[in-house]
Amino acid sequence: MAKKPAETSKSTISKSVKERDKKTLGSIVDLADGVSKTALAMREPKFAIPMRTKSNTIWNKKRGILQMGDGTSERELFNLNQAKQFMQTCLHASSIKDLIAVEKTLSLRGMFYKGLHTVAGTKEKTFSDQDESDGILEDLEVSMGALREELHIFAKKKGTMIGNITIIDSGDEIDCRKMGSGGYSIPSIVEPDVMQFKKCDAKFVLHVEKDTVWGRFNEDKFWQKHNCILTEGGGQPSRGVRRLLQRLNTELGLPIYCLLDCDPWGHYIFSVIKQGSISLAFESQRLAIPDAKFIGVRSKDYKECKLSDDVQILLNDNDIKRAKEIAAYPWFEENRGWQKEIQGLLSNGFKMEVESLITKDISYVTEEYVPQRLKAKDWLD
Amino acid sequence: MSASSTLLEPSAESGKRSKVMAKDTPRATAETMAAKQRDISVAEFFAKNRHLLGFDNPRKAVLTTVKEAVDNSLDACEEAGILPDITVVIEDLQPDRPASAKSSRYRITVVDNGPGIVRKQVENVFGRLLFGSKFHRLKMSRGQQGIGISAAGMYGLITTGKPMMIQTRPKSTLPAHHIELAMNTKTNRAEVTLDEETDDFPLKRLRDVTPGTRELSGQGLFLSQRDYPTGTSVSIELEGRYQKGRGSVDEFLELTAIANPHAKITLVPPSRESAVEEDDVPLLKAAKRTKGEVDEDPKADPRTLPDASLTQPAPTGPTVTTEVGGVLVYPRGVTELPPETKEIQPHPKGIELGTLLQMLKDYEASEKGGTLYKFLQEKFCRVSAQSASTFCEKIGATSRTKVSDIESPQAEKLFKEFQESKLPPPPTDCLAPIGVRQLLAGLLKGVRAEFYAASSREAEVYRGRPFQIEAAIAFGGELPADDSSRVIRFANRVPLLFQQSACSSFKAVAETTWRNYNLQQPRGSLPVGPLVIMIHMASVWVPFTSESKEAIADYDEIRKEMKLALMECGRKLGTYLRKRQKMQRESERRDIFERYIGEITKAVSAINGVDDKKLYDALLTQARKRTAIADLELDEDGKAIKDDEPLEDGVLIVEGAIPGGGGDTPPVAQTKAEAAMLKVLGSRDDEPGLMDVKPVKRGSGKESKSGRSTASTKGPEKSAKKPTEKPTEKLAKEPAREKVSASAPAAPAPKPRMRLVNGKAVPVDDAKLF
Repeated sequence: MAKKPAETSKSTISKSVKERDKKTLGSIVDLADGVSKTALAMREPKFAIPMRTKSNTIWNKKRGILQMGDGTSERELFNLNQAKQFMQTCLHASSIKDLIAVEKTLSLRGMFYKGLHTVAGTKEKTFSDQDESDGILEDLEVSMGALREELHIFAKKKGTMIGNITIIDSGDEIDCRKMGSGGYSIPSIVEPDVMQFKKCDAKFVLHVEKDTVWGRFNEDKFWQKHNCILTEGGGQPSRGVRRLLQRLNTELGLPIYCLLDCDPWGHYIFSVIKQGSISLAFESQRLAIPDAKFIGVRSKDYKECKLSDDVQILLNDNDIKRAKEIAAYPWFEENRGWQKEIQGLLSNGFKMEVESLITKDISYVTEEYVPQRLKAKDWLD
Repeated sequence: MSASSTLLEPSAESGKRSKVMAKDTPRATAETMAAKQRDISVAEFFAKNRHLLGFDNPRKAVLTTVKEAVDNSLDACEEAGILPDITVVIEDLQPDRPASAKSSRYRITVVDNGPGIVRKQVENVFGRLLFGSKFHRLKMSRGQQGIGISAAGMYGLITTGKPMMIQTRPKSTLPAHHIELAMNTKTNRAEVTLDEETDDFPLKRLRDVTPGTRELSGQGLFLSQRDYPTGTSVSIELEGRYQKGRGSVDEFLELTAIANPHAKITLVPPSRESAVEEDDVPLLKAAKRTKGEVDEDPKADPRTLPDASLTQPAPTGPTVTTEVGGVLVYPRGVTELPPETKEIQPHPKGIELGTLLQMLKDYEASEKGGTLYKFLQEKFCRVSAQSASTFCEKIGATSRTKVSDIESPQAEKLFKEFQESKLPPPPTDCLAPIGVRQLLAGLLKGVRAEFYAASSREAEVYRGRPFQIEAAIAFGGELPADDSSRVIRFANRVPLLFQQSACSSFKAVAETTWRNYNLQQPRGSLPVGPLVIMIHMASVWVPFTSESKEAIADYDEIRKEMKLALMECGRKLGTYLRKRQKMQRESERRDIFERYIGEITKAVSAINGVDDKKLYDALLTQARKRTAIADLELDEDGKAIKDDEPLEDGVLIVEGAIPGGGGDTPPVAQTKAEAAMLKVLGSRDDEPGLMDVKPVKRGSGKESKSGRSTASTKGPEKSAKKPTEKPTEKLAKEPAREKVSASAPAAPAPKPRMRLVNGKAVPVDDAKLF
C-alpha cells in the first residue's frame, strides 16, 4: 500500500484531529447511552437513522447541490427485519471506539473483518458480506453526522491524477508531474489534514471517465501541452476523487471539465460530480461541484465528427428508461442544454463511448476533439 | 369335463366321426364312463388349482402360509379373550444351496398363545378343507372360507412330502399334544402319522435357530413357557422363496402389527434371502413401489452383519420396532382386546333372489309348516312384526300363509318389495372397528413419523351389509419426503398387499383433495410427501374384487365413507401443519432476538461501560415479552419444532431416531413408539387430538436402563399392565396438556429458563456470555 495512514496520522496529529476524535467519541457514547438507557427503562431501544432515499433528498436550487432532508427511519431491535442490523450498528460503533483509542485507521474491508465473528452460541456470522458492513458504516456516518475519516475509516483507493501540481500527502511531497505512466493514485481521504496543495501551475482539470482514456491523454502529454491536471475516476468516481476535484475547484479555483461517455451512465456520473448523489446527499456540500462542465461526448458528435456507423451501441429499454429518469432530475429539468442533449441521445437511438473517437485517429481525442471544444467553450453546464 | 362331452355325443356329426374312429379303438360307452365318474374331492381340486388359494408362486406360498396361520391364531386368541402373542419362525432347511438358487426348502412355524385345540378337533381344523365356522355366518372375522391353513399344509405335503406338525396345549397343566398330519387329497381327510404327548411346548428347538433367538431367549423374551402357557404351534415344510420388500412376510407382519396393536408379533426370518428373480415382478407390480421401501436390506441379514443388533432397519419408511440379531419384534401397543363381534342375520336389502329362494327352502325343511310371517322375522334382521305383515300383504299373502305355499313369482315379488321397503339399516354392533386410539397405537408402533391422526366413521350400509371405515395418517418424521405417499389397506384387520390400484381405498385417497391440507398432489394420484395413509374396512362381509381377497370392490357407499374419513384426518394434518409453521415463525423470531442480545450488550457495554448483566437481562425480558406466543409453545414442545427444521430442507435426520451405537442396546429398549404409546394410552379415546411424537435418544446408558426395566416388566401380561398404566395416569392428569412431549425420558421442558442456542435449549448461563 502506498499510503500508511496509521503511522503518519500519529506524526501529524494536530490539535484539530484530537478535537475531532473527541467529538466523534462523544457521539458514539451518546449512541450507546441511548440504547442502554431505553433498555434499562424497559423501553424498546432504537436508532433514528436519517433516510438516504430519493424522497428524503432535497434539491437546493440556489446552491446547485442535492441535500439530505430531515426524514429519519427507525432501526429497532425488536423488529425481525432490523434486529441483525441493530446488532451490527452496535458492533461497528464499538469498533470505531477502539480505532479512536489506538489512533489507527481501517479500510472498509478491514472494518468488515474487525466486526466479523460468530454470534455467541450460534453458527451465524455477524456480517454475511462486506456490503452489509459498508451499509452500516454509512448509516453510522449519517446518524452521527460524522465523515468517514472522522470515524477512522477509509475506502479502497480508486482514481488517478497527473499534472502540473505538487501536493503533500501525509507529510510526503509529491510532484504530480513526475508520476510516469501510472500516475498518482488518489487516496480515499484527501482532507486538508492529510493532503495539502503546495504548488499548482495548472489552469484547469480534465476529468475522464476511465483509465483507458486517461492513459491516452497521459501518453500524449496532454496535461503538459495544455497545462492542466488530468484525473480519472474509474467509472463512478469515489468519494476521494470527488472530494479532491471539489477542493481543486473551490480552493484553487480550477474549472473542472468532464469527458464522459455519451450514455445515461455517463450523464449520471456527471450529475453525481456536479450535484451530489442521493445516497451521499449528506456530504454534498463537501463533494458536489456545481461548477463542473460536461465537454463530451455529445450526441451531436456522431454527425459533427463524422463518426462511422460502427461506433453505435444501440440503446436498450433500460437505457431509454434511465435516460428519461435523468431528464426528469430537477437539476436537469430546467437546463435546456441538457434536455436537448438527452433528447439527442434518444433520437439517435444509440450510445457512444469516448473511445469511439479513436476510430477517427488514435490521438484525435487529445489533439483535436478536446482542444477544439475547450477553445470553442462548447460544453454543457 | 368328460361328463359334459358325453352329453353332446349323440349329435349326428360327432356320431359319424366316432364311428370311423371306433374301428381302431373302442370308444367309451356310457357305462365305462359312469365307472370313471365320481366325486371330486375338494382337496384334490385345490391341489390342482393351488393359485386360487394364493400358492401361485414359491414366494407367495411362503407369504400365504404365514398369513393363514397368523390369521387363525389371531382369531383364536381373540375368541378366547387372550391377548395374542405370536411367533413366526422361518427356517431355511437348505442354507448351503447355491446363491443362485431360486427357491429353497423352508420350515415355517407359527406359535401362538391361544386357547389351544382339543385333541379330537385337530384333524378337522388342520386336515380338512372347507371345514370351519366362519363361512356360513355374517360375522366379522379374518378368515371367511375355512380353507387357509389346511391348504397350506397340503401345499407343503405336495412340494416336500413332509406332513404338517402340530403341537397344541389346551390346558396349561397338562402335557401338549404332538401330532403329525398328512392330508389325503382323495378322501378330504387327514391321516395322523404321529400322535404323542409331549411337554416340549413351545418347541425348545426354536430358541436355538439364530444368534438372535439365542440372545432373546437367554433373557426369557423368546417363546418362554411363561408367555405361552397354552397355545398352538403349526409347522409346515414347503418349497418356497423368502424375500423382503413389497408383498413379503415382513411387510405382512408389519402391517398386521399396525392393524392389531393388541398383538405382539415376533418374526425370525431365515438366515438368507432367496436369489432375486425376474418372475417376482408380478408381485411387485401389484402395488406401486415407494422409495422408502427396503427391498434388500443387507442389514437385515444377520449373516453378512453379525452385529445386527447395532443396526436399525432403514431409517425411512415404515419400520419395525426393534430388531435383535435379525429377530424382528413388533411389540404390543395396547392391552385391550377388540370387542367381541356378534353374528347377525342378513338384512332384506342385502340378499340376492337366489339366496332368498334357498332360505325359503331351508326354512320349509327345518320348520315344517312355518309361516312366511315368522320366517321374515326370524331369518332377517330389522324386520319387525309390523313390517313382516306389511310384506305379507304386499305379495298377496297373510300372516298365516305358510312358506311352503309361496310360489316362485310371489318370492320374486317379495324380493322386489325388499328393495323398495324402508327398513332401518342393519345393526352395527356386529362390527369391531379398530378404534381411534388403537389405530394411533398401531401406527405409532410401525411408522416413525412426527404427526399421527386417526378417524373412525360411523357404521354405514352397502347392499344391506353393515360396514365401517376407519382411516389414519402418519406424517413427517423419517418418512420419505419426496415420494408418493404410501397407502396401507386393511379389511377386517387383515392387510391387503396386492392390487392396490384396483382397490376402492386407493381411489378414495386419489380423489381426496390433499392440497387443501398443505400437501402436494399431482392431479388424480396420491399425494406426495412424508405420508402414510391407512384405511381399514370392517364389515361382516368385505366385498373383494376377487377370491384372492386383495382389493376392496368399489361401491359408492364405501368410497364415500373412505373419503370422509380421509378428509377428517387431512383436516387435522392441515391444522397441525399450519400451527407448526406459525410456531416455527414465532420461535425463529424469539431466536433472532435472543441471539443478538448478547452481542449488543457486549458492544454497548464496551462503549459506555454500562453493567452488562443488567442490560442483558433488561433486553431479554423485553424480548420474551414480545415473543410470548413462542414462549408458550416452547414450554410444551418448542424444542420439537426446532428439531423439525431440517424437514423443511428435505433432510430427514431426526435426532435420536438413529441409535446412538451403544453396544449394550437392550433387546427391547424403550423406543420412540413405546414412549409415544404411553401418551396414546393417556389420551382419551373420544378425542384423538393432534399428536406429534418426538424421538427418544436410544443407546445412552441411563435411558437404556429405564428401557430395559419397561421391557422386562412387559413379560407376563398381567404384571405388564401396572407399570404402563402408572405413567399413563400421570400424563393424563397434567392439566391442559393434550400435547405432552413424548420424549418422556429425554426430559421435555424443564422449568428453569431455557434459551435456544443453535436450535437447542440450554439453560441460561449468563456467566458464559460475558
